[in-house]
Amino acid sequence: MTAMRDKSGRPVVVVTGMGVVTSLGSGKSDNWARLCAGESGIRTITRFPTDGLRTTMAGTIDFVPVEPFSSTDLSERLADIATEEAIAQAGIGRAGDFPGPLFLAVAPVELEWPQRHELGHVIGTDTEIDYDQMLRVSGGGAFKTYHRRFLFGSVADHLAETFGTKGSPISLSTACASGATAIQLGVEAIRRSEADAALCVATDGSVNPEALIRFSLLSALSTHNDPPHAAVRPFSKNRDGFVMAEGAGALVLESYEAATARGAKILGIMAGCGELADSFHRTRSSPDGKPIIGCVRNALADAGVTIEQIDYINAHGTGTPENDKMEYLGISSVFGERARQIPVSSNKSMVGHTLSAAGAVEAVFSLLTLEHQRIPPTINYDVPDPAIPFDVVPNAARDARVTTVMSNSFGFGGQNASLILTREPV
Amino acid sequence: MAETSSHPKPIEAWITGIGLATSLGEGLDAHWEALNQRRINADEKNFAPHVVHPLAPVSFDAQIPKKGDQRQMEAWQRIGTYAAGLALDSAGVKGNADILARMDMIVAAGGGERDLVVDAGILNAAAKGNAAPGFLNERLMNELRPTLFLAQLSNLLAGNIAIVHGVTGSSRTFMGEEAAGVDAVRIALARIAAGQSDIALVGAAHNGERKDLLLLYEFGDFNLKEKFAPVWMREQSSGFALGSGGAFLVIESRAHAEARGAKPFARLTSIVADHARRKRPGEVTSTLESLWSKLGSPTEATAIITGATGAEPVTSEERAFLRAHSNLPVRATGTMFGHTLEAQFPLGLAVAALSLSRGALFAPDDSSDQEIDMAAPPAQIVVIGAGHWRGEGMALVEAIR
Repeated sequence: MTAMRDKSGRPVVVVTGMGVVTSLGSGKSDNWARLCAGESGIRTITRFPTDGLRTTMAGTIDFVPVEPFSSTDLSERLADIATEEAIAQAGIGRAGDFPGPLFLAVAPVELEWPQRHELGHVIGTDTEIDYDQMLRVSGGGAFKTYHRRFLFGSVADHLAETFGTKGSPISLSTACASGATAIQLGVEAIRRSEADAALCVATDGSVNPEALIRFSLLSALSTHNDPPHAAVRPFSKNRDGFVMAEGAGALVLESYEAATARGAKILGIMAGCGELADSFHRTRSSPDGKPIIGCVRNALADAGVTIEQIDYINAHGTGTPENDKMEYLGISSVFGERARQIPVSSNKSMVGHTLSAAGAVEAVFSLLTLEHQRIPPTINYDVPDPAIPFDVVPNAARDARVTTVMSNSFGFGGQNASLILTREPV
Repeated sequence: MAETSSHPKPIEAWITGIGLATSLGEGLDAHWEALNQRRINADEKNFAPHVVHPLAPVSFDAQIPKKGDQRQMEAWQRIGTYAAGLALDSAGVKGNADILARMDMIVAAGGGERDLVVDAGILNAAAKGNAAPGFLNERLMNELRPTLFLAQLSNLLAGNIAIVHGVTGSSRTFMGEEAAGVDAVRIALARIAAGQSDIALVGAAHNGERKDLLLLYEFGDFNLKEKFAPVWMREQSSGFALGSGGAFLVIESRAHAEARGAKPFARLTSIVADHARRKRPGEVTSTLESLWSKLGSPTEATAIITGATGAEPVTSEERAFLRAHSNLPVRATGTMFGHTLEAQFPLGLAVAALSLSRGALFAPDDSSDQEIDMAAPPAQIVVIGAGHWRGEGMALVEAIR
């Protein structure tokens, strides 16, 4: 019998359920087929007017209707879809009664423009509108639902009630590493034997005008609008930014012991997690790459694996000039010559950057890579960057023997997180 | 650090650093004095009809020396980065690169303030029929400061603390109003108790002097209006007065603290939390009772410091719980500090640890029968945080003698 505890004596953490929704579609099978076919989910934005914008495309999810639109409502719907799929696959608990805590990666929540305009309508045209006037009309119950909707904890509140998770649900943000952090919190809770199971969800429905403009004003977004499917170009010499996208990923984590005891199918192992913060700059990585290097090393040490055991890297790979350069520096510093041999591909070349959701979406894709022994490609790779000599699995998926995957996530605010996922316990 | 096997017995954790910057002042002596003098800094005018507790004057330069860093932050980040620096100073680890590089950080955060002028300008233009396609885009593209986004992002308080103070072992930001403050400390303690971490910086900051925040709570009629009243005396007009303030703690394993000769303020023994559905009356009361029993139903020389908001129905539900323990002295931080949302629970822990270290509970600040004097030095203080909408938490803090 395989050991229920890892090399450090901690409970082994396994994945027994997964769900995913991205601009490529809803569910694992659709996403996996399109990912391996090298399809792009990036399209011209139709949700709102794009006049005057430098970037007019995104990986929006338009097949989940939300009316009236708010990013928080869409995030909640996407989280529901991914969570339902994950819990159904795991077959854990009973409907509305998940036997463990919730860790939710979610974008920061705030009142949005459609709601502000509603307040403006109520104030009318006879009065100069300012926040005092908005405050004057907002009480008395007319906008009661906005309070609940635009609390930071509102999506987690909904998920906790819908799926019956236990204890205090945690909403978290580590920017574009949030999805990985949600998983890390679940892994740690199970290792502490606080819980036998944890529900880790990450969701993002952020494509609205102000969110897009905020990233645009930081010059972070690709402006390669035509054709949109060619916009995300990770590791290419002509990459020019990331592309915002929507999606959600959900994972049911369990202790190996609990999963085995109830006869659950094991989809993979969460072997290790690493993190390290960067204190260099609000949006840029330390030029020496030390925080990324330390993060990757922490993940390897936590999992108890060596660089020789990693046979695929699911890159953060946003397609910004800065990220891809720094990710190469980090990986090549740790892996040395092996950095040129290990396949390193970017799911974001196809689904775009799902921001708060990316770490979990890509963890699901990493587990599917392990299951199918097939590596999704980096598409739009036509002009290699000689400074980044990765094997990026260019443009076409590849069959390969994959036993151990590293998935990286990096974010604004010096956030770095890496996960190590395996097929079998290490 | 590398985690060892799961421990049969939790590792003892101490609070070795406290950083406070609030409407009552900055630093521990100033707070102790203000609390015992029953000072309250409530402003009924500047945000009328809403009552707020404004930040006392603070010299940000003392903890955030670079003006460039201060300019990159909005008020909530400056308050938090400042309070975090005070906590590191208080623990004696400020500038200790070795410790800071492996120090955990969990911050509970909301988001940053909006540009109110830009928002109002857009709404006025829209009201005048100026809503051609792309109108919103054009205004936002031209009028939003590019760096404002970074001052609004929830995880950028932690980011700024990393930049200014060099805390880099980890950086996690929890969101979700009051419960985020409970869970931030709960997870930091759980990691230390299980040997997953040796030392952590944990806390939150809140800027209550914000009309965009008042708006969010006004939707639910949660704001205290017209006249200040202590938390327990708001039957006639319930609600909370938003407060400005930052509260950070350094928590570490006893062994780690002793090895570096650090003196504790108090022992952080246990933190528990739950999420009552609040569909039926009495659910919060019974959740608090069950959390209380999880803490071991403390009895000996115990006081309670609660973050009760003054909002209903939760405050009445908490009162019902407190009535069942009416022999225990209670202090409500909402009366003195206002409601600081994510920061209220860390703030409660901070004043609890401060009280235990000074061997006294501070004076009651309320003429209702809820708050009674405590003559004996407290041995234990239970900190309660029941969110205005969701989330219940409780901590047991103990004196080290």
